[in-house]
Amino acid sequence: MSQAIETARTYLRPSKKLPTVWCGGCGLGIVMSAMIRAIARVGCEKNDVAVVSGIGCTGRLPTYVDFNTLHTTHGRALAFATGVKLATPSLTVIAAMGDGDALAIGGNHFIHSCRRNIDMTAIVANNSIYGMTGGQYSPTTPHGKKGTTAPYGNVEHAFDVAALAVGAGATFVARSSVYHARELDKLIERAIRHKGFSVVEAVSNCYTSYGRLNKYSSPVDMLRWMKESSVTVGAAEEMAPEELEGKFTRGVITERELPEFIESYDGLAKRLASDPAAIERVKGIIRTFDETAERLNAKG
Amino acid sequence: MAGNNKTSKQVIQGNEACAIGALAAGVTFFGGYPITPSSEIAEILSQTLPLVGGRFIQMEDEIASIASIIGASLAGAKSMTATSGPGFSLMQENLGFAAIAEIPCVIVNVQRAGPSTGLPTQPAQGDVQQTRWGTHGDHSIIALAPSTVLECFTMTIDCVNLAEAYRTPTVLLMDEVIGHMRETVVLPPRSSYKVVERRTPDPDTTDYCPFECDGTEVAPLGAFGGAHRFHVTGLTHDRHGFPTMVGEEVDRKIRWIVDKIEDRADELADLEEFETDDADVLLFAYGSTARVAKSSVRALRERGVRAGMIRAKTIWPFSRKRLKELSGRLKLIVVPEMNLGQLIIEVERAIAGTVPVRHLGRIDGHLFEPDEITEFVLREVGK
Repeated sequence: MSQAIETARTYLRPSKKLPTVWCGGCGLGIVMSAMIRAIARVGCEKNDVAVVSGIGCTGRLPTYVDFNTLHTTHGRALAFATGVKLATPSLTVIAAMGDGDALAIGGNHFIHSCRRNIDMTAIVANNSIYGMTGGQYSPTTPHGKKGTTAPYGNVEHAFDVAALAVGAGATFVARSSVYHARELDKLIERAIRHKGFSVVEAVSNCYTSYGRLNKYSSPVDMLRWMKESSVTVGAAEEMAPEELEGKFTRGVITERELPEFIESYDGLAKRLASDPAAIERVKGIIRTFDETAERLNAKG
Repeated sequence: MAGNNKTSKQVIQGNEACAIGALAAGVTFFGGYPITPSSEIAEILSQTLPLVGGRFIQMEDEIASIASIIGASLAGAKSMTATSGPGFSLMQENLGFAAIAEIPCVIVNVQRAGPSTGLPTQPAQGDVQQTRWGTHGDHSIIALAPSTVLECFTMTIDCVNLAEAYRTPTVLLMDEVIGHMRETVVLPPRSSYKVVERRTPDPDTTDYCPFECDGTEVAPLGAFGGAHRFHVTGLTHDRHGFPTMVGEEVDRKIRWIVDKIEDRADELADLEEFETDDADVLLFAYGSTARVAKSSVRALRERGVRAGMIRAKTIWPFSRKRLKELSGRLKLIVVPEMNLGQLIIEVERAIAGTVPVRHLGRIDGHLFEPDEITEFVLREVGK
């Protein structure tokens, strides 16, 4: 059995849940397989992984993978994931979101997750469109490109997802594309291994709802665009701004250390546990429903 | 607070009693967002949770707050949030998620006058129907309304217990008066209240169905990171949790999340009766309004009106049983509420036209005066 088939058999849910809801030529299958390969290489037990998503095409991703999976409401994946992680920090928590999900309706949760630095990984599959609802423009649709709600071309400007994540304080930010599938899984692996909040932007393609509207001849044509319009972070450093016009960078964009939320919180709890004044204060509150009343009742 | 453990009685606020009740019930996760008049609950839990092995987080908004407690609950923690009207409105979306995905969690709503920003520091009872119907689609909910500081403690425990037992979001419908009022209380000892732990699946089960809904029993709920991996979605789903569009499965699921609560309405109903033995005029009240209504009953009796009161402690599901039993000898029911007519709708449905039902509403951000209710009743009975 080839390694790919073995990985698929290990990590995809058996039986009736396949095929996926995704159209032929969609990049999301590549994002999902990159995520699976990354998890396999990190060596997590399946019971110790939680994959959380919001709504949209990417939102369906958890359905297919054999982990603890949570398909939440639109935009809220990271907020749910925050609760999962804080209740059980031993879980490896990954939130898989599309661009509309993560950055429009979920934009607030996204930036605050970046800021908090809880040890989780956000994968943003960025196909520049709302695919499931039929091709409305999203926060990452480039200026001038078409959507079904931008029939004359988008008058808004797109978020640079990775730059947004860096600006909001994420301690690991990387980007690749579904054309660069092997690079993508390596970056997701590094993101999972990173201690703190990590973001991986996976530039993806939606031929059905975006490609056809924007004069791409096929899904392959869109992959070709990714190949030709991207440069590595290293190569970009040597290039002039005008050479980078219309291109995106790939690789690790930010990697830094910052105290992680749960470590900070638990460290604080540990210090408080040896602080007599803090213990007395809290005992004072808790005793009100326990020992005091017990004693009182005994006295009749 | 430190001195309290030496005294028999203590003077605490409803919001404090609620936070202490959460700890007593075993809540180990709180995700919240500041809002008047509920913020003391978050403040106390931020102070206490780190010392009792729990975790507190202040989220970016109320949408995230309820999302975080659902996530934490799914990872095995008893979870709670607290808010007021504007935040409760934001929570409706994920309240529906918790309902369909059957995830236990507790939402405390310290009601203030609305709509919108309304009167942040004044009481109201305007979120009663929102609690029942605020999120879209058919579902049910459990909601309790305390009238005293002590009940803020006991009913928070009840809300946690009911959420865990029925795998449903539950709502503690406080109001600004109860939340901020200080009363002398003796909180009951641990031996006097029960703490319910959720039923979990047998670790050896090979076919765990977290969303079994073909019987009357609530299915056990595993925890993420536990023995079973499973899928949770807000889409209609089959018994394994996977999305379904099969009409029969959808129908069964949605009926189940309604029936598992509504079918137990009488069993879950908790009410206080005051002077109802011979009453022919009934005041039907809840929350802080019931405190005033009680004095009105006394005043009315002094004036020769055989008045009594039912105080609904369980607001949702609404039990019609006691009202129906009493209706034969009632000649009038008065429902005072700090809104323009919300729970009266349920009273009217229960009575079905057999007894005149009158509403007395107050929406200016102030409690009723006892005389106000008394005089209203006297006018209605022609005295």
